[in-house]
Amino acid sequence: MTVARVLPATLVGLILMFLALPIVVVMVVSFSSATYLTFPPPAFGLRWYSAYFASDDWLRSTWLSLWVAASVVVLATLLGTLAALGIARLPKALRVLASALILSPLIVPVIVVAIGIYYAFARYGLVGTPAGLILAHTCLAVPFVVTSVNASLAGIDPRLEQAALSLGATPTGTFFQITLPLIRPGVLVGALFAFITSFDELVVALFISGSGAVTLPRRMWDDLLYQIEPTIAAVSTLTIVLTVVLMGCAHLLGKRAAA
Amino acid sequence: MSEGVEIRFEGLAATRQSGVRLPWRLSWRPVMPLLLAAPLLLFMLVFYALPVLSMLMRSVNDPSWTLSHYASLTGDTVFLKVFSNTLYTSLTVTAGALLLGYPVALSLVRAPRYAPVILILILLPFWTSVLVRSYAWMVLLGRHGLINEALLAAGMIDQPLRILNTPLATQIAMVHILLPYMVLPIANALRQIDPSLARAASGLGATPWATFRQITLPLSMPGVAAGVLLVFVLALGFYITPAMVGGTREITLSMLIAQQVDQLNWAYAATLSVVLLATALAIIAAFYRLPGVGHTLRTSAR
Repeated sequence: MTVARVLPATLVGLILMFLALPIVVVMVVSFSSATYLTFPPPAFGLRWYSAYFASDDWLRSTWLSLWVAASVVVLATLLGTLAALGIARLPKALRVLASALILSPLIVPVIVVAIGIYYAFARYGLVGTPAGLILAHTCLAVPFVVTSVNASLAGIDPRLEQAALSLGATPTGTFFQITLPLIRPGVLVGALFAFITSFDELVVALFISGSGAVTLPRRMWDDLLYQIEPTIAAVSTLTIVLTVVLMGCAHLLGKRAAA
Repeated sequence: MSEGVEIRFEGLAATRQSGVRLPWRLSWRPVMPLLLAAPLLLFMLVFYALPVLSMLMRSVNDPSWTLSHYASLTGDTVFLKVFSNTLYTSLTVTAGALLLGYPVALSLVRAPRYAPVILILILLPFWTSVLVRSYAWMVLLGRHGLINEALLAAGMIDQPLRILNTPLATQIAMVHILLPYMVLPIANALRQIDPSLARAASGLGATPWATFRQITLPLSMPGVAAGVLLVFVLALGFYITPAMVGGTREITLSMLIAQQVDQLNWAYAATLSVVLLATALAIIAAFYRLPGVGHTLRTSAR
């Protein structure tokens, strides 16, 4: 082993440590037995997890976040899949225009989206309601559904649909028997992304969740302003596990769809 | 039945291939795609596009049609300071992410044996929410955080350093959060380089460093440009991280916008939003003209 080989490897190792370190630290801290935030913890225990599960506020926010995210999945997947199917067959000018509208939340800075939605939702009476969160999060989640379904659609051999139609299948039958099974991985990946987008979303929630619909990220944020006690580390660890499992599924599904 | 379907079908093929337009009433097909897309388009217009646009309009119609909100920005020292601070933060974060990201991308492509481990180490933080990662940096950089305790224990400092609530904390945390956006496009561009080029160069006597400088680096530039674009534009709009770890003295444009909304200063918040959005769009437009950037972005999105 020469210096020329060891040096770059060490460098990359250090950068990868930099990437992993914060997450590892949060997970370790969550099992601390100390009443305050310190690293390394003096001893290990589950007190912060029991604090979380004993708190009505934390549990209420967790259920709200799960419930909102599940509704977003249904709405975004339904609207997004239908739209992706339609947009692929639109004339070019219309297709460009529709894609620009649907994909723009990926480009527009989220603070701008958040205050725009707050500005309008305050008038619609949607601030501080789960419905407001569901509607806003759906707009943020839809681009992921549309791009993911679109990628699946692009991979379909058009002759399969043509063959079904020419063999006498109705357009509806062709859709349910040919198109839908072929794009199913793309739809699932889109649904998983939609769930995470809503479940992790904070900036819009900061403005529109008010005091009536405090989501999990919002409660973490509010708590952080006063103290950084390890309950948040426990909540963080639980959300890390949930999102990593879901994103891992999406990653594997996406790989299988591409193969 | 099947005949009807076939006619419709050939009609579609004809419009696609030869550009022959069917009379509208002969075919319901052109209407169908529009009907499928309409629910989502309407939904996004009502709950996203019109809200954002009507908010942005406050920058020109408050209290009546005027451009004075924009005109006063040029003499607005708070805005100028915050805007330059935002650009500076985005620039340093982009530079930091490039410096750390390129070697990681290179090893991801060049060391296939470790590639799965490297990929997992990149993706795990990538899949964790920005809030949780910013919180992690609060834990690490605090007065009694891991970094300070480690430096104290090693005897390198006598007193805890003040890192949390400084611009440096924002920069460290943002580089960490945005690093995957740099690594993935660069790795994608590196993967597309024909390996026989490097072999030919070294066969002709080039040193490894010369091969890297003259072959690999230039050919990976579309990936670098795509990564720089993504990181810079995302950094411009960052709100959660600077608000959590950066303190209140050096704020970013997003934080100023949020402050103004809290004070119900809608015209000013809208004007700042237009500036932020226009800056992001201008940078995207400029980068998209570079060769290969659009292609790299599209392929690494998958």
